[in-house]
Amino acid sequence: MASLREMAAAPQLFAPGHRMCAGCGAPVVMRQVLSVAKKPVVVSCATGCLEVATTIYPYTAWRCSFIHNAFENSAATMSGVEAAYRSLKRQGKLKGEMLFLAVGGDGGTYDIGLQSLSGMLERGHRVVYLCYDNGAYMNTGIQRSSATPRGADTTTTPAGTESAGKRQPRKDLLAIVAAHHIPYAAQGSPSHWRDLTRKAEKAFEAGGPAFLNLLAPCPRGWRYDTAQTIELTRLAVETCFWPLLEIEHGRCKITYRPKQKKPLTDFLKAQGRFKHLFKDENKHLLEELQNEVDDNWKDLESRCGEPG
Amino acid sequence: MAQTETKAGRFTARGPKGRPAGRVALTGNEAVALAMRQIEPDVVAAYPITPQTDIVQYFSSFVADGRVATEFVTVESEHSAMSATVGAAAAGARAMTATSANGLALMWEVLYIAAGSRLPIVMPVVNRALSAPINIHCDHSDAMGARDSAWIQLWSEDAQEAYDNVIQAVRIAEHPDVHLPVMVCLDGFIISHALMNLEVLPDEVVKDFVGSYRPDSSLLDPERPITVGPLDLYDFYFEHKRQQAEAMRAAAPVIREVAEDYETVSGRRYGDFDAYRLEDAHTAVVVLGSAAGTARFVVDELRRDGRRVGLLKPRVFRPFPGLELADALAGLDAVAVLDRSDSFSTMGGPLFAETRAALYQRAVGRANRKDSGPSSGSGPGNGRPLPITVNFIYGLGGRDIDPGDMRAVFSRLARVVETGDTGDVVNYLGVRE
Repeated sequence: MASLREMAAAPQLFAPGHRMCAGCGAPVVMRQVLSVAKKPVVVSCATGCLEVATTIYPYTAWRCSFIHNAFENSAATMSGVEAAYRSLKRQGKLKGEMLFLAVGGDGGTYDIGLQSLSGMLERGHRVVYLCYDNGAYMNTGIQRSSATPRGADTTTTPAGTESAGKRQPRKDLLAIVAAHHIPYAAQGSPSHWRDLTRKAEKAFEAGGPAFLNLLAPCPRGWRYDTAQTIELTRLAVETCFWPLLEIEHGRCKITYRPKQKKPLTDFLKAQGRFKHLFKDENKHLLEELQNEVDDNWKDLESRCGEPG
Repeated sequence: MAQTETKAGRFTARGPKGRPAGRVALTGNEAVALAMRQIEPDVVAAYPITPQTDIVQYFSSFVADGRVATEFVTVESEHSAMSATVGAAAAGARAMTATSANGLALMWEVLYIAAGSRLPIVMPVVNRALSAPINIHCDHSDAMGARDSAWIQLWSEDAQEAYDNVIQAVRIAEHPDVHLPVMVCLDGFIISHALMNLEVLPDEVVKDFVGSYRPDSSLLDPERPITVGPLDLYDFYFEHKRQQAEAMRAAAPVIREVAEDYETVSGRRYGDFDAYRLEDAHTAVVVLGSAAGTARFVVDELRRDGRRVGLLKPRVFRPFPGLELADALAGLDAVAVLDRSDSFSTMGGPLFAETRAALYQRAVGRANRKDSGPSSGSGPGNGRPLPITVNFIYGLGGRDIDPGDMRAVFSRLARVVETGDTGDVVNYLGVRE
């Protein structure tokens, strides 16, 4: 396992000078993951913030090879890249090992790219899929996705007199991914970087398809001060809103258990998108959301077993 | 399975080096699959759809039997088929796929990305009607809808031409002046499922003809990393599109050059179009694909009666060989363009629109200089009025076109010439109205 010193000394494949917003979580998780790539890596990226803000022609922030195809096909595109690698390798036309990292936001992964992701996982390509989950279509201006938490005020689920934000709970993408019986799937948060990078190492070494769902706050969409990004992801973990877990060959494991579980409102009140929930008429919703988190955690514990 | 294995046995095409391997009876899909086996692309990513399905099945059996080194990606949709093919091509692989109809429609978005990223992908398209209503039979609405996607389009009259086009397509796509994807169109069922005796080349002749693919850059070269598919705004997008247009223009001579080389290995000659008994003709039909065979038959029949009729069958539809085609048609009195798809513009089908535009351009002599040379207004028929042009939309959803229909078209042309009255410009042939 790479030490912090080694990680810091690793060549930065994702170069500074890109045009992601200040405080954006996506470049943070990208850099954490790439810092443990021990072999040359090819990155594919779905259309979205990360892609548009890092490859504005004639510039690129990528010091490794990078391909953007379209919104819904990062996984299918990387399937083709990895197939080319296997073919050329078998024919003796390529030397050396390479890693393949397909990337998408939650829109490109949970929603429009779900079929492409499922196909890649089922076919068994040796690709790591990284979803940077900021819980909405941030690139097009904060529209709801199936990863948006219940109650969030987005531009397509605005809070209003007849609405308290998004009505539906988040899609459990990790469970869907796990149902493909791939070697490795995990959920991580940049606040717990040691946990995240260890998971990234496992994903790269999985020998088959692997999936990382990584929390990546969006200051504009979540409406918080840009300096609070890592603190917010810590609160997401400490409130059990964003459990840290991994599923290795079907075995589920909670990789971090908060010593003292914090109330969900600690996470919610720090963000403008949940502000309306703190009005008197919406108090019952806060209770429901807390119950949802508690139920999910209980369910997770029953699936993963008690801490061993 | 048993059927596939038996059929796969027919794909052995051996012969002394440098000489045709001889005649074999193959369906159009078998001929295309054979060409693909002989090309042996590094990656094929494909999804089954009627009537293309056989190609995918046959190719799978080649992979299963170790007859090709190809990595076959059994994608979950045509959108992913084209996406994975783009990924593979960007990774420096020679990559192919194949599809039909709704499958091509599902690829739509990525067709433009393949061409805009200048990836030399080759894709047989087994032409089938687009839904709705759903219909599995031949028409050209699938490929015609993709005519502005910057894919080169080669069309085939029969299994022989489909086989020959697929092999030539590799060289055209990968030519450094071109670097555009190529679609090889063949009529669903009529060509794809009908047996034909055709000449096939020995494996080593095809391998030698297509050569090995060595791209300048690839995603799999860690020493020289590249970024593919960047965001391109108003400061560069237009230049890149202009370069793409230039590549399409450059494709025209490359297609001819490759056809000449192909003639030396195969003995078969291919042009941008086939002008059949056109030189002294008064009227002619312009038609793509398998219906050209019916037209040829009727031209011969009418010629025996002393009628001066001819046929022009385009092989290359993108780039459109408009000036040459206009030269070939310029001396005629009347021309009927047959379209196996409707553009719903109410102004006729796509082949008609292109043909009429080319004739007009020739007549007004305003072809731009780069294009023109001697064909911008001199040559046969110059100074004469343009041929009268009429359009017949036919064969949608697999409706058969028979010699009687074709005779009716020529009769109509004769009447137009005789009376000088064009009548309806856009006509529907063989439909209950």
